[in-house]
Amino acid sequence: MPLLELVDTTIAYGRIEAVHGISITVDEGELVTLIGANGAGKTTTMRAISGIRPVSKGAILFDGVDITRMKAHLRVLEGIVQAPEGRGIFPGMTVMENLEMGAYARKFASKAEHRETVDRVFDLFPRLAERRTQTGGTMSGGEQQMLAIGRALMARPRLLLLDEPSMGLAPMVIQQIFRIIAEINAQGTTVLLVEQNAQQALSRSDRAYVLETGEIVRTGGGRELLADASIKEAYLGVA
Amino acid sequence: MSTTTPATPPSLPPAGRTATKDRPHGGVGDRFRLWWDALARPTQWLVGVPFLLFMAAVPLLNIPVLTTQGTDFGGVMAQFGMIALIAIGLNVVVGQAGLLDLGYVGFYAIGAYTVAILTSPDSPWNQTGDGMWLSREWAWLAALPVAVAITAISGLILGSPTLRLRGDYLAIVTLGFGEIVRLLADNLDELTGGGQGLRGVAYPRAGVTEDLPSGVFSAGNASGAVNSGVWWYWVSLVFIVVTLLFVGNLERSRVGRAWVAIREDEDAAEIMGVPTFRFKLWAFIIGASIGGAAGALYAGQVQFVIPTNFNIINSVLFLCAVVLGGQGNKLGVILGAFIVVYVPNFFLGRQTLFGIPIDGDEIASYKYLFFGIALVVLMIFRPQGIIPARQKLLTYGRELYVAARRSAARAAGRAPGRTEAAATTSGKESS
Repeated sequence: MPLLELVDTTIAYGRIEAVHGISITVDEGELVTLIGANGAGKTTTMRAISGIRPVSKGAILFDGVDITRMKAHLRVLEGIVQAPEGRGIFPGMTVMENLEMGAYARKFASKAEHRETVDRVFDLFPRLAERRTQTGGTMSGGEQQMLAIGRALMARPRLLLLDEPSMGLAPMVIQQIFRIIAEINAQGTTVLLVEQNAQQALSRSDRAYVLETGEIVRTGGGRELLADASIKEAYLGVA
Repeated sequence: MSTTTPATPPSLPPAGRTATKDRPHGGVGDRFRLWWDALARPTQWLVGVPFLLFMAAVPLLNIPVLTTQGTDFGGVMAQFGMIALIAIGLNVVVGQAGLLDLGYVGFYAIGAYTVAILTSPDSPWNQTGDGMWLSREWAWLAALPVAVAITAISGLILGSPTLRLRGDYLAIVTLGFGEIVRLLADNLDELTGGGQGLRGVAYPRAGVTEDLPSGVFSAGNASGAVNSGVWWYWVSLVFIVVTLLFVGNLERSRVGRAWVAIREDEDAAEIMGVPTFRFKLWAFIIGASIGGAAGALYAGQVQFVIPTNFNIINSVLFLCAVVLGGQGNKLGVILGAFIVVYVPNFFLGRQTLFGIPIDGDEIASYKYLFFGIALVVLMIFRPQGIIPARQKLLTYGRELYVAARRSAARAAGRAPGRTEAAATTSGKESS
């Protein structure tokens, strides 16, 4: 049974359909990427999975349970946690306060468990440890992205949704972020990634879906798609 | 404090970084906030209680510069107490949860009218008098919880459909709500007396003596140092202290953290597992009931309610107090309320200021113009208000302030290009 399953899901803004009946599955432990150009419906799909955007047709199953109508904040308890697009950190809160907000819905059994969670985030992002008393809004783009991912990890997600973590970042930082994402996945967290940076995303993904104007046009292994001529042309700028 | 404890004690930030980056504008307000927030709880009480007693004594001390000339100072302080209570309530909605409510006067009106309808002899639902439930002596006190409950319910009724809206849309709908309440009061003649209003609202009959047959809270107690205005001011101080303790505890709880998260980014809060709608509704209900309590105070004090006292301009004035003082900061909004109430009354009837002849009445009548200018200037130079908020949210709380203060002091001491004397002074200030 897949961990996440979108069954023929349609998402609309008013009367305009942004996503037309797509089906996606993500298995436990996988790193799956959704690539596509601007306006393809990637972020819309992510928002529907995390519950901020209602689904107009179809269903979303998580761990076999229908969560199509479940409220966003309850999905967090189930283990679906998103690091939103444009980072979406709390700009007026310090790094530490942001991380604590990430664990808002989570009950820690002991202080030790809390400490372990924080330590794990700081291991992955030593930069955040250095800046723990700095306010989020005053940090650089790369640091904010790290904070957004770190904050999502505080909730101990079963499925981590990452919406364009590379957006607006320098190539060096992008590489670093993707290395960390792969590491998070290797430590056992299932990751669904939305990206425009096809090179980085596909080379690290188990599988990928290509979204075009609200429909899935291709699917396959990450490396396999990376080698595909039409993908190369459309997303990597290689003729 | 929060349920979780920090993994490690907060590491001191590199000198100057937190202090300078967190505070785009320095100033007296910031320094005051930093000083206050870094105090231990018992020390805060130790400073706060004498200050509160001083504030309570202000109308009796007759401080020459402070006392108003053209109008009774006790009455001004009573008005200040009421607006301060309103500002604290509105601050929960606007400052804490970040929901722009332009119709807050509606809750104030509902609180005032509830008391009036239950206790005014003009009202068909009057519960006082012979053979009725309430005695004239205690009717006000009995009607107070009813007023609070009814405004809380009206907050729930207004909030449930409208809190699905955001930003400007919410502001417009609440603006409409404020007007609807006033128009209802104006047009439900049979119940509210329409434009005639309701007279003879009950007030507490306390301190009855031969000189004061109807007690110290009666409008008849108009002469002397301790007139009815002063008594009502003291009552509102009690309300303010109780409300501050209640709201302060909420702020430091999970509810307060949720409000701040919602204010900063509602979607992000929701996907962190915060039930945003429920917490927004709570902010609305709590804010409404505080406004209702203030309305009940008002009705008791003036013993007369008419719709024109609940114009939309009052909503703007309340908001002005919150924004001037510093959204999200309880002490700031009280200061804002003081400015909004006191400054126009200061000019009223004053013929000279520092020896310069002025027409105080004229200046006071232009108060909305001056508040408008003040707001524009504030938005340009100090958008965070006079005493801005810096949420002490989570694990570190006070320790963070202590650290920030220490590093600020160190930065001041080390700052290059300063003379030794200047460095020592700033060091002293912050120690």
